[in-house]
Amino acid sequence: MGRGLVTAIGLILLWEAATHLLGLPPYILPAPSQVATALWLRGEVLAHHALITATEIAIGLVVGVALGTGTALLVVRSPLARRWLMPVVIASQAIPVFALAPLLVLWFGYGLASKIVMAALVIYFPVAAAFFDGLRTTPPAWIELARTMGASDGAILWRLRLPAALPALAQGLRIAAAVAPIGAVIGEWVGSGAGLGFLMLHANGRMQIDLLFAALVVLAAMAITLYYGLDAILRRLVQWQPETLGRSR
Amino acid sequence: MRDSAPDIRLERAGVAFDGQTLFRGLDLVLEGGRWTCLLGPSGVGKSTLLRLVADLVPGAPDGRVTAGDGGPVAGRVAFMAQQDLLLPWLDARGNVLLGQRLRGEKPDTARAETLLADLGLAQATQLRPAAMSGGMRQRVALARTLMEDRPIVLMDEPFAAVDAVTRLRLQALAAERLAGRTVLLVTHDPLEALRLGHVVHVMTGRPARLSDPIRPPGTPLRPVDDPALLALQGELLRRLAEDAE
Ligand SMILES: Nc1ncnc2c1ncn2[C@@H]1O[C@H](COP(=O)(O)OP(=O)(O)OP(=O)(O)O)[C@@H](O)[C@H]1O
Ligand SMILES: [Mg+2]
Repeated sequence: MGRGLVTAIGLILLWEAATHLLGLPPYILPAPSQVATALWLRGEVLAHHALITATEIAIGLVVGVALGTGTALLVVRSPLARRWLMPVVIASQAIPVFALAPLLVLWFGYGLASKIVMAALVIYFPVAAAFFDGLRTTPPAWIELARTMGASDGAILWRLRLPAALPALAQGLRIAAAVAPIGAVIGEWVGSGAGLGFLMLHANGRMQIDLLFAALVVLAAMAITLYYGLDAILRRLVQWQPETLGRSR
Repeated sequence: MRDSAPDIRLERAGVAFDGQTLFRGLDLVLEGGRWTCLLGPSGVGKSTLLRLVADLVPGAPDGRVTAGDGGPVAGRVAFMAQQDLLLPWLDARGNVLLGQRLRGEKPDTARAETLLADLGLAQATQLRPAAMSGGMRQRVALARTLMEDRPIVLMDEPFAAVDAVTRLRLQALAAERLAGRTVLLVTHDPLEALRLGHVVHVMTGRPARLSDPIRPPGTPLRPVDDPALLALQGELLRRLAEDAE
């Protein structure tokens, strides 16, 4: 993390130097100092739109994760659901969900709803697939032991398979955290009157490239905060796992 | 009242994996309330036989595993597998309480802690398996098995991962705690079998056969330096070595 910060600062300095040395016009590539100025001067506008995008992401995450985990549990509990539902879920992975954005705007309007659906949709599959995989691959010897102890299927699911699937679910949630902002912003690009994605298009159209960059910075900050915040929580949840998956850094 | 420990009768027991017959037509009686020890070379099928009794592997269709009192075997078995099977997200105490939690019973924390303390794990009740040594993990698994308090106890090499002195202590403790139960103990160690078993069987060959029951003199828990035991150990080792040739 510390080294990453140093590298980032170095790159920003390089960027600043390059814009001055190459004499790039601000409507092509504004200097970081100009972006910072825009961040400061347009803070209120940015905050307004950031709040909207954050709301879309948050609700989308909750809905997508709920649906994804729900599907995995249902499919694991019911062989019937597994036969009828799983092929559709797997096939749905192949659909480029982003291509649905225009349709979603048509159906759910220019407001929050279409972006929430978009974010939920892109989250749904990785969460459902990862959790299902985790639930399915409980070591058989654990289940055998539980059976000799007289455990019911429900108890085995709740006390054994579910906790054993948490590391896999955590991986799905990390992916979800990474793609949710993309879903929301693409939804905003396709049709909206608010949000950071909207602001970026709007600023672009008016050649306010410094504002566009400022919106991008805010979006990136939100996405990074979301990812690392969730990652920290997940690490704590599955810290029993000897080699916690995906130890980044 | 705990129900009394029944005989377990295996008749024409057989198991095959992928067309490979491990054993078939095997008859064996585990005497009620006594310890039967099963010795044999690696891969002969000892664990599989134990798992057959626990109803964890499908046996030959004409084979039968029954309890002498006519009751079911399933539901009266405490099973300690060759791997410790500790759940990594639970600490030692949580693992010992697993059976009660799975059955939705009120967990008897005090008893779990006493058991762990008896096994020398008083300081480790809050440790997760990842932080334990192999021997500690095995002792937690033993505590979990004892916690189940069943009339039939199946144990697969329960003392393999501990040092010699600890092993003697654990053998004594298990013999005391499991006295009066029908116990099947799989082991690699002839001396352990002779020390603990009312009856010892040697399992050899493929398809595997069981030796006639060997009944060491005296009663378990026998002293390890008993000359009669050491002589028998020599003979058992000879038998196992012959099979290996
Ligand atoms: N579930 C299974 N599927 C296929 N083969 C199996 C299975 N379980 C055991 N075997 C095979 O059956 C044979 C006997 O295995 P088993 O575990 O019963 O041996 P064992 O006598 O307990 O050996 P060890 O002393 O090394 O534990 C081995 O060759 C093993 O590969
Ligand atoms: Mg074995």
